[in-house]
Amino acid sequence: MSLDLENFEPLRAALGGALIGLSASWLLFAHGRIAGISGILAGLVEPRSTSRAERTWFLLGLLLVGLVGAQVFAAQFGAEFAPSGRRSLGALLVAGLLVGYGTRLGNGCTSGHGVCGLSRFSQRSLVAVVTFMLTAGLTVFVIGRFFGGSV
Amino acid sequence: MKNVLSLLLCGALFGVGLVLSGMTLPSKIFGFLDVTGRWDPSLAFVMLGAIAVHAPLAWLARRRERPLLGPSFELVRFTRIDGRLVLGSALFGVGWGLGGYCPGPALVALGSLGVEPLVLVLGMLVGVAAFYLRQARRRERTGPLASLVTGDA
Repeated sequence: MSLDLENFEPLRAALGGALIGLSASWLLFAHGRIAGISGILAGLVEPRSTSRAERTWFLLGLLLVGLVGAQVFAAQFGAEFAPSGRRSLGALLVAGLLVGYGTRLGNGCTSGHGVCGLSRFSQRSLVAVVTFMLTAGLTVFVIGRFFGGSV
Repeated sequence: MKNVLSLLLCGALFGVGLVLSGMTLPSKIFGFLDVTGRWDPSLAFVMLGAIAVHAPLAWLARRRERPLLGPSFELVRFTRIDGRLVLGSALFGVGWGLGGYCPGPALVALGSLGVEPLVLVLGMLVGVAAFYLRQARRRERTGPLASLVTGDA
């Protein structure tokens, strides 16, 4: 193991994280909702869902950032939004299936468990975060070790 | 109208945070998850920054009777640590390491109109739909009481 200090940007990461935390707090203060993105998205698909409009507006805000960001900051973000040739479309499709199914079975993702759950010191969320960090790391390790870094 | 504007801005703020922090860059995600290679620990600071802000504010918010613009606070429906939680989280982790996107960044990237995030988000929606289909089938088979036992909401 070695550290990649060229790309190490803890301040920028923490500042971005603080904005995420601020948004999650706003959503709770103003709308009483937990900012778990997988849950908010799944509520659009769930047959017995309530509050489809509410969910849609929040998610549109997310999409808008990508739309405007890719236009305005094309040089910085445009190309890098994609895994730049290291993942095939087939791999991305399977990845999406796993993310969709897994986050419903485990009731949360990086935001729901990682930010909101850990913020209220939920043991359940801690178990979830440790689990998905481990399997995500293991997946990247296996792809790097046995598939030359792209799949 | 006030609601719509608030939700849009809130989602946009979340998105800006994701972009600024690097969560929308699969290359950054792979660098963070590649602990045995050349490890870039930056993304650990995203979670730390988010929790440092959200933990005290969420505690304050939950002391209110009701939200500013909504009728009530969403309840945390699940409390048990069980196989379902671990298996689901494990599958999600494999998907995250495989694709390089968790759900929020996938949606931001989708906004940039790339093919890669589009394919991933489509897969994600199918995965979610498959879960609800399986859940509905199971409920049909076992009757409504079983969902109380298994904790399915």
